[in-house]
Amino acid sequence: MLPIELPGIFAVNLVDQFLAIRGYQIVSSHMGYLLEGAVLTLKITVISVFIGMILGLIAGLCKLSSIKILNGIATAYIDFFRGTPLYVQILLIYFGILPLLFNAGEFTAAIIACSLNSGAYIAEIVRAGIQAVDRGQMEAARSLGMTKNQAMKLVILPQAYKIVIPPLINEFIAVLKDTSLVAVISAEELTLRGKLLYSTTFEAAWVWGTVAMIYFVMTKLLSILGDWVERRMATE
Amino acid sequence: MIAVKNLHKSFGHLEVLRGIDCHIAPSEVVCVIGPSGSGKSTFLRCINQLEPANDGHIFIDGEELTHPKTDINKIRQQVGMVFQLFNLFPHKTTLDNITMAPIKVRGMNQGEAHDLAMDLLKKVGLLDKADVFPAKLSGGQKQRVAIARALAMQPKVMLFDEPTSALDPEMVGEVLAVMKDLAYEGMTMVVVTHEMGFAREVGDRVLFMDEGLIVEEGLPADIFDNPQNLRTQAFLSKVL
Repeated sequence: MLPIELPGIFAVNLVDQFLAIRGYQIVSSHMGYLLEGAVLTLKITVISVFIGMILGLIAGLCKLSSIKILNGIATAYIDFFRGTPLYVQILLIYFGILPLLFNAGEFTAAIIACSLNSGAYIAEIVRAGIQAVDRGQMEAARSLGMTKNQAMKLVILPQAYKIVIPPLINEFIAVLKDTSLVAVISAEELTLRGKLLYSTTFEAAWVWGTVAMIYFVMTKLLSILGDWVERRMATE
Repeated sequence: MIAVKNLHKSFGHLEVLRGIDCHIAPSEVVCVIGPSGSGKSTFLRCINQLEPANDGHIFIDGEELTHPKTDINKIRQQVGMVFQLFNLFPHKTTLDNITMAPIKVRGMNQGEAHDLAMDLLKKVGLLDKADVFPAKLSGGQKQRVAIARALAMQPKVMLFDEPTSALDPEMVGEVLAVMKDLAYEGMTMVVVTHEMGFAREVGDRVLFMDEGLIVEEGLPADIFDNPQNLRTQAFLSKVL
């Protein structure tokens, strides 16, 4: 089993000793429990980023609009969600706002809070992406008789979307980590499950170390995916 | 074809155009020359309202662009523009660059637009580049595609904003040749240029602009060989 030939008794002792550690036993027997939490984390992240992309596209376009009222609403939305902590936003939405509207569970509340928050960040990514497209492109499109909307749809956005992908994947990773904050409204994602496991076992290093590793594997996979997409687009 | 009356344009406190008056007849080729910063590009960009005018009136084929009720997109369809930096759409092939506006703006069907684009590519000598992306073209080829793209809207007027200024010297000729053909076919053209040879040979009239005004205008031969205004003389002595 081991690459180096060790005296038999010594090797067996090491492995046995490791397997006998209490923290290891707890973590390994609760791995499924933690991974379920990780799945919920992923679910909240994917749905939130998806909704956030729609919100962000709309808010980003509004932010660039010359129509004052749209611009004003978008600016207020972006400023509020970027200017206040996500933790506070989650509490405000779950305890303060949603009870007035409908009976929302913690999963729904988590998604609403994370979507609104990431929408604000994505709006800025979208705005920057559109502004990074050369001004001459809009002029050329308009000079051919296209309306502003046609030029945006046919010429500017298809170019902006390539510029936007790398920062969008960073945002994805940020949201994945930020979802740990929804533990506060008892959505049973990875962090809350870690907390529950810790509070019954007090194996802090083992439990939190494992939780950190699971987060790390997920973000690492995302960033590898991001690099791959970026490389593919560069060769296109 | 084009009438400009008392055109004013400012950027902030900087007054770039200080009252331009000019008439351009159908099929006329007018070359605009002058030192940089004289407002010649701004003048050209005002003609299709890429720069909205602050004051004055612009008419194209009898329709007033500067009237607030005018559908500017409709008029722009009849005014082709060629830019110094080409501004081709990098995410589209040469062919799609040309067919996009006819299909999406004019409502032309795919087949018709394709045939039109191929005719135009033949005209500018780039039939073999139809499926190539702009990044794979040389500067001169890009500018010829840009001309074809503008022509695809079958405009009544073509505006050229220093179309050869960003080109390597050996590519200037191929672009000027296409423009020359266009002029001989009877296209109405306004060309902002530093190519004095082109202005002299192809231009029907030359406008010399300085500090936001048309200082002198006339036949190319008169302007180049016998300029009356001191500033025209000073400018030409430097560039000829």
